[in-house]
Amino acid sequence: MSLLSVTNLHAGYGQMTILKGIDMALDAGEIGVIVGPNGAGKSTMLKAIFGMLNISEGTVGFDGADITGIRSEKLAAHKIAFVPQEANVFPSLTVQENLEMGAYSRRDAYDAVIDSVYEIFPDLKDKRGQPAGELSGGQRQMVAFGRALMIEPKLILLDEPTAGLSPLFMSVIFDRVIAINKTGVTVAMVEQNAKQALAIAHKGFVLANGRNSYTGTGNELLANPDVARSFLGG
Amino acid sequence: MNELVFFIDNGLVAGLIIGAIYALGAIGVTLIFGILRFAHFAHGDMMTMGAFISLIIAFLLKASGFHSPLALVFLGMFPAMVITAAIAIGFDKIFYKPLREAGARPIVLVMASLGVTLMLQGVLRLFGGVSARNMFIDRPKEIFQFHLPGARRAIVLTEPQVILFIFTIATVIALHYFLTRTRLGKAMRAVSDNPDLARITGISTEHVVWATWIIGGALACAAGTLLSMDVALKPDLSWNILLPIFAATIVGGIGQPYGAIAGGFLVGLCESLSVFNWAILLRPIKPYLWFDIPSSLSLVPTEYKLMVPFLILIIVLIYRPTGIFKGRVL
Repeated sequence: MSLLSVTNLHAGYGQMTILKGIDMALDAGEIGVIVGPNGAGKSTMLKAIFGMLNISEGTVGFDGADITGIRSEKLAAHKIAFVPQEANVFPSLTVQENLEMGAYSRRDAYDAVIDSVYEIFPDLKDKRGQPAGELSGGQRQMVAFGRALMIEPKLILLDEPTAGLSPLFMSVIFDRVIAINKTGVTVAMVEQNAKQALAIAHKGFVLANGRNSYTGTGNELLANPDVARSFLGG
Repeated sequence: MNELVFFIDNGLVAGLIIGAIYALGAIGVTLIFGILRFAHFAHGDMMTMGAFISLIIAFLLKASGFHSPLALVFLGMFPAMVITAAIAIGFDKIFYKPLREAGARPIVLVMASLGVTLMLQGVLRLFGGVSARNMFIDRPKEIFQFHLPGARRAIVLTEPQVILFIFTIATVIALHYFLTRTRLGKAMRAVSDNPDLARITGISTEHVVWATWIIGGALACAAGTLLSMDVALKPDLSWNILLPIFAATIVGGIGQPYGAIAGGFLVGLCESLSVFNWAILLRPIKPYLWFDIPSSLSLVPTEYKLMVPFLILIIVLIYRPTGIFKGRVL
């Protein structure tokens, strides 16, 4: 039984359907990477799973429950967290306050969770009192990850976490994604840097025109000449 | 020395008094803009309404034979703040929330608040009349005099002025504590920063909107009551107070509560110092001057006082559109 199972998903913005029947299944503890050309519907798919779009057909199942069409603000209760690509921190709030806001839906004590986030991102601990808006792009991304981890999610959805970052920071971010995954969090990630991302993926999903075009393990997709030619730049 | 006392009384104190009123109003306007993203035009009339409610409660207290060392209207202000806050939430539910949920653009909400303003003005005049009223119904206001050495004139502070200073300082401290230390206060700043992220983080927008109207409504009531205590309750306060408050909000940086406080005092002081008759300060050194001092030497005649906030507003919008505290650009 998969942790996340998406079947025959149709969704889009307003009248425009972008996803035309997508399937995806992730087991608990896996990293799933979604790649594909621009406009394939990668980010749209994350947003549809996270209740930010109207789903016209198909289902999203999570941990034995049907979460199709549940609005984003209710999904924290299901232990699903989403890190958007842009504007993913509260700039005038300090790093510490950003993390506290991540725990807004919690009613229990979460100091231990904050400590564990600082363990994964030691850089943030020194900057805990600094407004998140003053940090560099890579550090902001870490704040965004940390904020999402505050609900101790079972599944974290990452929308192009390395977009706009320098190559150095890119590998730091991928490192952190592996570290987060090692703590038992299932990861579903959309990435432009397909090769590096598939290299750390347990499962890869290549989308094109709102449909699945290839699915396999990360290494299978990297080794597949068709995938390489069409999506990975040879 | 007498001239200095006159300056402190009519320049500095007068500016700080009206500045504190502007600050209290501007905090509400700036929070409402930060969270709900529209300019709340009905804020001036919410102040007048709050003052009326305080006065009504004071009359009820008087009728019930209540006695206290503090002025009745000041005692009435606290329940009136609660009532005004509740009315503000009610207005939101009836007028603004349906528009927000229908996805109306901010300008539509601004127009709606303009409608609320006209409605409130009508209702207040219908029941309150147009004459000015004295807020001190149980006894005359107390006047405190401070004598500077070597001056015949005393610095005069009235009871409502002292109350206003204490209230404003307490409000600023409480607001700072609320915004930086409490869960709801931080959530308010988060929603003001990035509403979309706040929603997907699971922050309850409903609670934040409520908190905004509670703070905005309660402070509007306090500002209206304290201003009316200092002068008199005038039902036509509305526009005359609204424009300087908007100027203070924009000067301070839209969406920045600390900016609103600074902006309020800045606009208030500029206003009082520009209508102050500077000739008085020159009189002691008259023998040494090579020119005659005109009898009136103020930068702006009193009846054109309202021009000052406009001027500040224009200068800020041209040279520093984000305001002192880097708020949003309109």
